[in-house]
Amino acid sequence: MSPWIVGFLVFVAYPIAMSAFLSLHAYDLLSPRRWVGLANYRYLFRDDPQIWPAVRNTLWLIVIAVPCQVLFAFGIALLLTRARTGAGVFRTVFYLPALAPPVAATLGFVYLLNPATGPVNSLLQKVGVENTPLWFNSPEWSKPSLLLLGMWGIGNIMVIFLAAVLDVPRHLHESAELDGAGSFQRLRYVTLPLISPVILFAVVLGVIQALQYFTQAYVAAAVAAGQASQAGTVSNLEQGYPEGSTLFYPVLLYYHGFRFFNMGYASAMAMLLLAVSFLVTLVIVRNSRRWVHYQGAVR
Amino acid sequence: MTAVAEQPAELVRRKPPAAVRRKRFLIAVAEHSLLIAAALAFLAPVVFMALTALMTTDQALSPRLWPEPFQWSNFAEVFHKSPLLHWTLNTMIYAGLATLGVVVSSVPVAYALSRLRWKGRDAVFVVVLVALMLPPQVAVVPLYVMWAKLHLVGTLWPLIIPVWLGDAFAIFLLRQFFLTIPQEYLDAARVDGCGEFRILTTVVVRLAKPAIAAVSLFSVLYCFNDFFLPLLYVGENPDNWVVSVGLSQFRSLHQVQWNLVMAATLLVMLPVIILFFLAQRAFVEGVTLTGVKG
Repeated sequence: MSPWIVGFLVFVAYPIAMSAFLSLHAYDLLSPRRWVGLANYRYLFRDDPQIWPAVRNTLWLIVIAVPCQVLFAFGIALLLTRARTGAGVFRTVFYLPALAPPVAATLGFVYLLNPATGPVNSLLQKVGVENTPLWFNSPEWSKPSLLLLGMWGIGNIMVIFLAAVLDVPRHLHESAELDGAGSFQRLRYVTLPLISPVILFAVVLGVIQALQYFTQAYVAAAVAAGQASQAGTVSNLEQGYPEGSTLFYPVLLYYHGFRFFNMGYASAMAMLLLAVSFLVTLVIVRNSRRWVHYQGAVR
Repeated sequence: MTAVAEQPAELVRRKPPAAVRRKRFLIAVAEHSLLIAAALAFLAPVVFMALTALMTTDQALSPRLWPEPFQWSNFAEVFHKSPLLHWTLNTMIYAGLATLGVVVSSVPVAYALSRLRWKGRDAVFVVVLVALMLPPQVAVVPLYVMWAKLHLVGTLWPLIIPVWLGDAFAIFLLRQFFLTIPQEYLDAARVDGCGEFRILTTVVVRLAKPAIAAVSLFSVLYCFNDFFLPLLYVGENPDNWVVSVGLSQFRSLHQVQWNLVMAATLLVMLPVIILFFLAQRAFVEGVTLTGVKG
């Protein structure tokens, strides 16, 4: 068994150490690498005009998209617990989109939300909405469009919430009811504390996924831009189309590392991403001790 | 006190007053309408995609929503106009070899992390957790350089080989399951003279079948859905494109034929949906193992 453990450790440890090493070099894969000290980091923190937009976009995911998705998943799970008939069918309907391959789901949504010919805007016009949004083609609406796509795929978290809500012991609800608690108070003082570990899990998972958000943004930008996105023919238009509004940090890293082959600079970006992922998770977990309630033992 | 204690049984049987019953009924109606509305909203994207997939090219560009006539040949057209079958074959090779690797490598590691005592075990488990949370972009640059030096960029090997050394998610899920196996079974095997390796291959693997099924399922799904790494390693070699990469290029090959694009999209979604209905139990097992008990 030990060869596997060693191999596994190597595949985790080697790339991180090597990233740190490469981040101090200029390297394009073809010519020999050249020591540049902290120049990559200086460019990263001071000069790169695309970094701040990319960081802001990723922050948008963490601050707005993740809470929306977690709340939405929780709401759907609560509704599901109230279903008297057909609970299994409903559960399947809400869960299945989570399995849709991200590329396929993204293509579908870019079509549905196509400003001119998509069914969503056709329907909106039929009910009399005049200024229909341009969705993936406008910088204001592109991120909300991605959020819609994300909310369609909340099935996994929803199932976990559902299991947790159903796990809340019945007698706690009953005794709260006898004490005169209405349904809202029972939700606030019985259900929420008992499922708080699951909420924490959902938030941490959401933030981790937000930090590596790539496929949907990349595909949506490429398809909405309507550009032939064959590797090698990078136009500035396609990068985070429209107007850099879908240029998330991992997308920018991809462009630097694997389209422009600035391997050293991409490594520096990777180190920052590593530090931030670590910090964010740490902050959430630390903070959580105040609001997460583990039943029974102190874990 | 005795009188009071007997009362609740009677209270339950008695019907609540009409006003309360009506309020409850209205709340139930409201909840169910919300539920149905939400379910329709979740179904709508697929319905519209399917309708579009059946339209003629011109119609797909018009604001009309109902196909007239139904053009079922679009689905066949997708296979004529794109090497979807070839992409599927590549995906199957990738998913098959990777899933085999995940199981073969992660089962022993998970066993060592859950049922054996050794120095540094906890530290290794922390590394697994870190690997689980690490964005793939953090590690990808040096790995790409490595595969490029081995002249394997453009092939499927950079996607397959790493999981033969263990996959953090699979290790984590299997460990959670192994922890639930009663120690007595393992001790009994030990008393009968089994070595650790035989205990693993005979006792643990048989007991852990549901968890191994879940891990295999998630691995197949991951391979089918993953886009970032395949784009990186085979993106410039169309011969080795997998379904996800091929589909992402489909639209640029068939600019305005939204009907064909939607037909291809649905064809790509179909295997996943079939897999779900065939293996529903393994799914639920896996999701709850990682979530609730985590």
